Amino acid sequence: MSLWTRHQIFEKNSIILIAGILVVIAIGGLVEITPLFYLKSTIEVVDGVRPYTPLELAGRNIYVREGCYLCHSQMVRPLRDEIERYGHFSLAAESMYDHPFQWGSKRTGPDLARVGAKYSDEWHVTHLTNPRAIVPQSVMPGYPFLAQTEVDTAVVADNLKASRIVGVPYSDEQIKNAVADLKAQADPDNVGTDAFGKRYPKAVIRNFDSQAGAPTEMDALVAYLQMLGTLVDFKLYNEKANLR
Amino acid sequence: MQQTQSTKWMTHGEAGLMLFFSMAAFVCAFAAAKALDAPFAFHASLAAVASGVASFAIMNRYLDRPASLPPEEINGKPNYNLGPIKFASFMAMFWGIAGFAVGLLIASQLAWPLLNLDLPWTSFGRLRPLHTSAVIFAFGGNVLIATSFYVVQRTCRTRLVGDLAPWFVVLGYNFFIVIAGTGYLLGVTQSKEYAEPEWYADLWLTIVWVVYLVVFVMTLVKRKEPHIFVANWFYLAFIVTIAVLHLGNNPALPVSLLGSKSYIAWAGVQDAMFQWWYGHNAVGFFLTAGFLAIMYYFIPKRAERPVYSYRLSIIHFWSLIFLYIWAGPHHLHYTALPDWTQTLGMTFSIMLWMPSWGGMINGLMTLSGAWDKLRTDPVLRMLVVSVAFYGMSTFEGPLMSIKVVNSLSHYTDWTIGHVHSGALGWVGFVSFGALYCLVPWLWGRKELYSLKLVNWHFWISTIGIVLYISAMWVSGILQGLMWRAYTSLGFLEYSFIETVEAMHPFYVIRAAGGALFLIGALIMAYNLWMTVRVGEAEVQSTVALQPAE
Repeated sequence: MSLWTRHQIFEKNSIILIAGILVVIAIGGLVEITPLFYLKSTIEVVDGVRPYTPLELAGRNIYVREGCYLCHSQMVRPLRDEIERYGHFSLAAESMYDHPFQWGSKRTGPDLARVGAKYSDEWHVTHLTNPRAIVPQSVMPGYPFLAQTEVDTAVVADNLKASRIVGVPYSDEQIKNAVADLKAQADPDNVGTDAFGKRYPKAVIRNFDSQAGAPTEMDALVAYLQMLGTLVDFKLYNEKANLR
Repeated sequence: MQQTQSTKWMTHGEAGLMLFFSMAAFVCAFAAAKALDAPFAFHASLAAVASGVASFAIMNRYLDRPASLPPEEINGKPNYNLGPIKFASFMAMFWGIAGFAVGLLIASQLAWPLLNLDLPWTSFGRLRPLHTSAVIFAFGGNVLIATSFYVVQRTCRTRLVGDLAPWFVVLGYNFFIVIAGTGYLLGVTQSKEYAEPEWYADLWLTIVWVVYLVVFVMTLVKRKEPHIFVANWFYLAFIVTIAVLHLGNNPALPVSLLGSKSYIAWAGVQDAMFQWWYGHNAVGFFLTAGFLAIMYYFIPKRAERPVYSYRLSIIHFWSLIFLYIWAGPHHLHYTALPDWTQTLGMTFSIMLWMPSWGGMINGLMTLSGAWDKLRTDPVLRMLVVSVAFYGMSTFEGPLMSIKVVNSLSHYTDWTIGHVHSGALGWVGFVSFGALYCLVPWLWGRKELYSLKLVNWHFWISTIGIVLYISAMWVSGILQGLMWRAYTSLGFLEYSFIETVEAMHPFYVIRAAGGALFLIGALIMAYNLWMTVRVGEAEVQSTVALQPAE
């Protein structure tokens, strides 16, 4: 019996055809995806990477909501020009707490993986409100409404809780104090800044939008942008440490 | 289904669905009242209203219908179920124009950023997913559902399974589109490209998709032909694989069952890999396998020639679906994804060139002995040119998946141009060709209202595509080269903003190309509308069966 006649079993039986399709499409995915969950070399161990603070997470959710990832990547490739333009190439560990990842696929604007601490808060606020006020040739939309909208504090603790269930190591204390921490990070005069600093060592505390009152979405987004790519200290980073 | 001649009963399906929708109306109304955020409240209200209307419509339909359901056969000929197909065809045209128009708007925003208006719901970041979803899932999806329901009935010579089920599929799918689209405008997104809808939209789509699969497979099972026709293999691979991809890419934990926000189960590297395993196979199975099914039915039918090679279609089918699933990592070259995965992705992407061109040859060579029809039949010309575009973009794709090429092309407009040569040239034209065939068949018209208008549509759109893709080639390669240009002293030559500035003329040309494509589609909509309204009715006897094979 030739192979062509044997193939009739698929042509004459819809259930066998479905089974055949399932087997054939399963192989590639299984081979490429499953090892990423158990091969230790996939995500090297790096000092400094920590979960987002409540304010940064709120900012990240705004980044997602506004579709910033459609024009800005967060993935510096190990190519000479990119390292010189943006900084050290991105490490897998730097996005290990990212649900979802924000690597992006298009650079209509520049990469943002290491934008943190590159510009002042004031620069970001002005630029987000009206990009062409600072960069006349820019094609970025303006986001003046961010500074006028307060961060919704009702869901802050729940955001941390849900993140913990999917694998981000937030402690009970961090979840309990989520709203207080969110307010403390955007207000250096807040009584909770010390406690916040203990829960999130090295996190920056500033009034990001320079406005008095409750934290705005502008505070949150700028806090997120200002921490991007700053967690790993590349003066101390040993790239040989993970070779095996 | 067991009712007698004299008494009229509700079928289990009617009663069950009525009960389901009545309960859903209450649950959704409750969710709307208790919602944690405004978009969720809006969507829950929409769902409550839609459920109420659905429940009412089922009752109304029951009261209006005769005691027995439509017969399987009339005078020994299958009594094909065309209603849901007509609806999906109409929605395809509607969403197509909406999607092309939003595409034109966001293309113009990139050329003239003031068009963003500084409002949340009119900014590029929210409109871009609206454009991609409207053209891929709303336009493309409705074309696929319409043609698959048509082709499976015709090639199996049997009526579509289910009385309400096909309607549930087409209406439920379009409701999903409405939820997804309005969600983007309101900022509801999980930010996974081409899988942006949030958890509740994903759950609803899962239900609709399973019913779609069941209707399609059960229709195959009760076929009157011994063999399953080639086109149906491709439709089946499309439906089954999209289900697998959807489930794999979207496991998310809602922050609350009364809010729109969720967190995806995967993180970082693994999330990226899942995303592009999904993303590239949305191209492979939604935009390729599904539309290849259209090619395998509509080109032979329109050219009145059999498929060129049956054996080639067997090889084409299995090699295409086996190789495609590996290609995802080429979206992640030089990223933090491990090298071995990138290399595998590149290798299989290059191999994918072969089955793609095998399929192209099978489609083109079907015209053997009928090439002269290209001169006289603009619909066939549209179908054939779509296959030519398919060949071009499936050559360009493997080229761009090579790591060194990708280091230049990635993150630039070259990718956008590549996508659009496939989307406008292949998916767009093959869909237009299929709809031009389908509408006269569905509404029992002898021919289209005007072949001359089809000709205009063809040329205007082709010029639009050429403007679009050549502008993107130039801007993409130009920007890629500018990013890596060094001065003689060893400094980067251009700041980022200088490379943005250089894109402006090409963004204007691209928008002009998009405008031409939209004008073509408007001509098409007018032509189809007039075909239905004033087209000459077909003589009854020609409804006779003509299996494609």
